[in-house]
Amino acid sequence: MTFLTGWGRTAPTPARLTRPRSAEEIAELVRRAPARGVAARGLGRSYGDAAQNAGGLVCDCTGLDTWSIDETTGLVTAGAGVSLHDLMAALVPRGWFVPVTPGTRHVTVGGAVAADVHGKNHHVDSSFGAHLRSLTLVTASGETRTVTPDRSGGDDGGDGGDLFWATVGGMGLTGVITEAVFRCVPIETSRVRVDVERTRDLDQTLETMAATDDRYRYTVAWIDLLARGGRMGRSVLTRGDHAARDELPRGADPLAFNPGPVLKAPPWAPNGLLNPVTVRAFNEAWYAKSRPATGLIQGIAPFFHPLDGVDGWNRVYGSRGFVQYQFAVPFGQEATLRRIVARLSAEGVVSFLTVLKRFGPGTPGMLSFPIPGWTLALDIPAGRRGLARLLRGFDDQVAEAGGRIYLAKDSRTSAATVAAMYPRLDEWRRVRDEVDPAGVFRSDLARRLLL
Amino acid sequence: MRNALGSVDTVLLLGGRSEIGLAIVERLVRDGARRVVLAARGAAGGTPPVIGDAEVHLVDFDAARPETHGEVIETAAKLVGDLDVVIPAFGVLGSQAAYDADPVAAAEAVAVNYGGHVSAGLSAARRLREQGHGTLVVLSSVAGVRVRRANFVYGSAKAGLDGFAQGLGDALHGSGARVMVVRPGFVVGRMTEGMSPAPMSSTPGEVADAVIAGLRSGAETVWVPGRLRWVFAVTRLLPRAIWRRMPR
Repeated sequence: MTFLTGWGRTAPTPARLTRPRSAEEIAELVRRAPARGVAARGLGRSYGDAAQNAGGLVCDCTGLDTWSIDETTGLVTAGAGVSLHDLMAALVPRGWFVPVTPGTRHVTVGGAVAADVHGKNHHVDSSFGAHLRSLTLVTASGETRTVTPDRSGGDDGGDGGDLFWATVGGMGLTGVITEAVFRCVPIETSRVRVDVERTRDLDQTLETMAATDDRYRYTVAWIDLLARGGRMGRSVLTRGDHAARDELPRGADPLAFNPGPVLKAPPWAPNGLLNPVTVRAFNEAWYAKSRPATGLIQGIAPFFHPLDGVDGWNRVYGSRGFVQYQFAVPFGQEATLRRIVARLSAEGVVSFLTVLKRFGPGTPGMLSFPIPGWTLALDIPAGRRGLARLLRGFDDQVAEAGGRIYLAKDSRTSAATVAAMYPRLDEWRRVRDEVDPAGVFRSDLARRLLL
Repeated sequence: MRNALGSVDTVLLLGGRSEIGLAIVERLVRDGARRVVLAARGAAGGTPPVIGDAEVHLVDFDAARPETHGEVIETAAKLVGDLDVVIPAFGVLGSQAAYDADPVAAAEAVAVNYGGHVSAGLSAARRLREQGHGTLVVLSSVAGVRVRRANFVYGSAKAGLDGFAQGLGDALHGSGARVMVVRPGFVVGRMTEGMSPAPMSSTPGEVADAVIAGLRSGAETVWVPGRLRWVFAVTRLLPRAIWRRMPR
């Protein structure tokens, strides 16, 4: 038995961990599934308990690590265990970029599908699922099925679409994803041309993003949650596009991909290292340092994945770990977003990196998180007094506003809350029950949220 | 499942009418528990009490019939799924004088206070081990930490229970399941009605608060009130000649 946690390092549970190297091996494991079921795991970047299975079997899928690209079309066929880091390291120098990258490169393709991850380009390019051509998964019966987004395709004829869209964002509960085919995008350079702006408060942040986000492919706002009063919600907007070849200084290798040296976080940090004093100091410094600029040339790694520069940054939160809270509310529900930011600011909630993003259209994924609107993500040390009640209050407001929280980041909400936030949950359950009637695919998240 | 902030979904209370037990369940429900099983003698078929907005099930349970305990655990798991917290809260106090006069009654009380907890505890542990998570809350007592002549039948059963719970906790180490041993002093409540409270007594609500705090922090042992830990660190060392002169 191996104790596993998510990236937030809370609520560890033991499971038998196995690392199959092929879809056939996975099929065999699924056919002989133990009573406590099977969960798939990639690089463990879900914050909560999505890739844990107390008392059961966990398939570490990182052994499914082969991939190929058709350079005439940009179509990549990748094993579920291939990481976006590995893909970028090989593809960027050849002039291709993944269609969507979350805030870390260290996620697997399987995980990106199961969580239907989004990135800074969601407002124009939607989430990972929107770029998929097909998926292959091992279902509860042990058979391998390839499914496509439309109802006509797939090797099983008519109902491919349903299983496909139950799997995209389905948190691994419809089967073990073994392979995905998706289209990459051509790039001229490995750099991003970035504009940096500072806003004085939340209203200006929202206005600026609503008015000018669409001029950029990639946008995000970092919010200083500890700023109060008239400065509440002040932000640093960083927005950019892939740089063209002629925008680089002469002599530079246009497609070099060097993520740079990786610092290692200390193996241990005291609980409470991140407290209002240290985080306020960091926020002040960060806001001051982020001087407005246009046309900055940045590498892919610092622009998309700043935290990947520190290996094991999640340990900085101490032994009690942390929770990530990410919600989305539809356009028109800005009042809810304002109320939550005001409460966080008034309570002095310590969140190291609070990120605001404007979402564009979502995918048809039944449990897919993104909806057109605003999303806010924050990290909070798990030991904070009254945190459970505070977040339950936010859950209610978000559900009331027609919004939802992100299952890949959740580690603490309730089944009833999720049912209220995801109107297509019953539809998803019907598809899942059909493909996995005995409940072979289980995770701690599924048990906690009665999925 | 226990979530990242220590809230649980399900609770099984064995001795479903226990004042302390119900106080713990109420607090767990307030903190997010949604499904509750109350197991007590002749409970099935009755009207479940309202506990917050939780779904409450009633199940028959007789502490004196160990052969039924395994089935009660299975029934509870069928009703609510994984058992996140199991609280065996049954027990009888009785007076030492009465036990002196009726050795059979004394043996029966020990069978419930110790034997019943052994079968219920082992049955629960088997389930929790399979689940790979869950906490068994064992309500021991300072009466068992050092047995006093004033209530040595009750105290010796608690001493046995306390040792059992520690051993079981060690046996479960590494399985994901845990045992939390709770050692209250004198608890002013229904069970001790008519008795004059000992120093450093507590209420069922205070015991429940301490249990909740212990579940959150992952404590192995909880003393109620907390300073009894230090009091008993000393009294454990008192010579017998002094200890036997304890007035109560």
